[in-house]
Amino acid sequence: MSNTLPPNSGYVAAAYLVFVAILLVYVVIMAIRAARVERELTELLAQSQERGAQTAQNETSNA
Amino acid sequence: MSTTKNLYGRRLPGYAIATAVVLTAAIGLAFFFAPIEADQGFSQKIFYIHVPLAIVTLGGFIFGGIFGIKYLRSGESRDDLRSYTAIHQGVIFCIGALITGCIWAKASWGQWWVWDEPTLVSFLIIFLLYTTYQPLRFSIEDPERQARYAAVFAVVAGVFVPVNFIAVRLAAPLIHPRVFSNSGDSLPGDMRIAFYTALIGTALLFITICKYEMSSKHSRAQLAALRRSIGGESDEPNAARRAAPRVAVR
Repeated sequence: MSNTLPPNSGYVAAAYLVFVAILLVYVVIMAIRAARVERELTELLAQSQERGAQTAQNETSNA
Repeated sequence: MSTTKNLYGRRLPGYAIATAVVLTAAIGLAFFFAPIEADQGFSQKIFYIHVPLAIVTLGGFIFGGIFGIKYLRSGESRDDLRSYTAIHQGVIFCIGALITGCIWAKASWGQWWVWDEPTLVSFLIIFLLYTTYQPLRFSIEDPERQARYAAVFAVVAGVFVPVNFIAVRLAAPLIHPRVFSNSGDSLPGDMRIAFYTALIGTALLFITICKYEMSSKHSRAQLAALRRSIGGESDEPNAARRAAPRVAVR
């Protein structure tokens, strides 16, 4: 088997790498957005739990 | 009441799996099944990524126009979102087609760009036309007007795409090859299989990314609605100016 690469193989690799790079940049952007949604959901959950605990406390003190 | 049937991410895993399988097969076929072209040699392998990207780009722009028409008829925000997403992803795919095209041109013709070639210049004009879509949306504050004007743009530009394509086909080519000539496609059998697989894979990738983006935007809209609900805020959405459409929670 020959060890030499076909001529112009660098250009072919570059073209396919561009495709992969664009895909990866997109994945990174969407990952950042997904992480932001997760963080905001966690904050909302904490806020909701805090509010639930406060309501329960108020009901106990009223009783 | 919202149901899972209405969600943008419905069938997304299926599309993602199909994209991965078909694109992997396409790359395998391009490198190990399709013969090396006699004239251009190994650099012709760029064809299997460049041409599908260009075709899917133009298809995406046309779909953007079709959803623009649907929005103008129905006034439903989901059609605006679909039009926006198709054009947004079309521009990204267009960048990919332009860069891979430049690399292929350098490998085959020894130049990164040929200004005399109608195919190249017309594609660049289409790209430049669609790069004005986001600034147009961003420049309009009122969401309804923004969606309406963007839909009109999508329809007019969407009509320009096939007209431009036909005009270029009628013009005499200088050096850019015609893959599908007027008398039928000029690809040998093995190359044709690899090419169509790559085309289907790229189209599936486009659909998957569009669905993923719409699902992501809908999730963020749902999150904002949830925050307003928990925080006891008014139902008015955040009035900050942005190019992306306001997504109605479904």
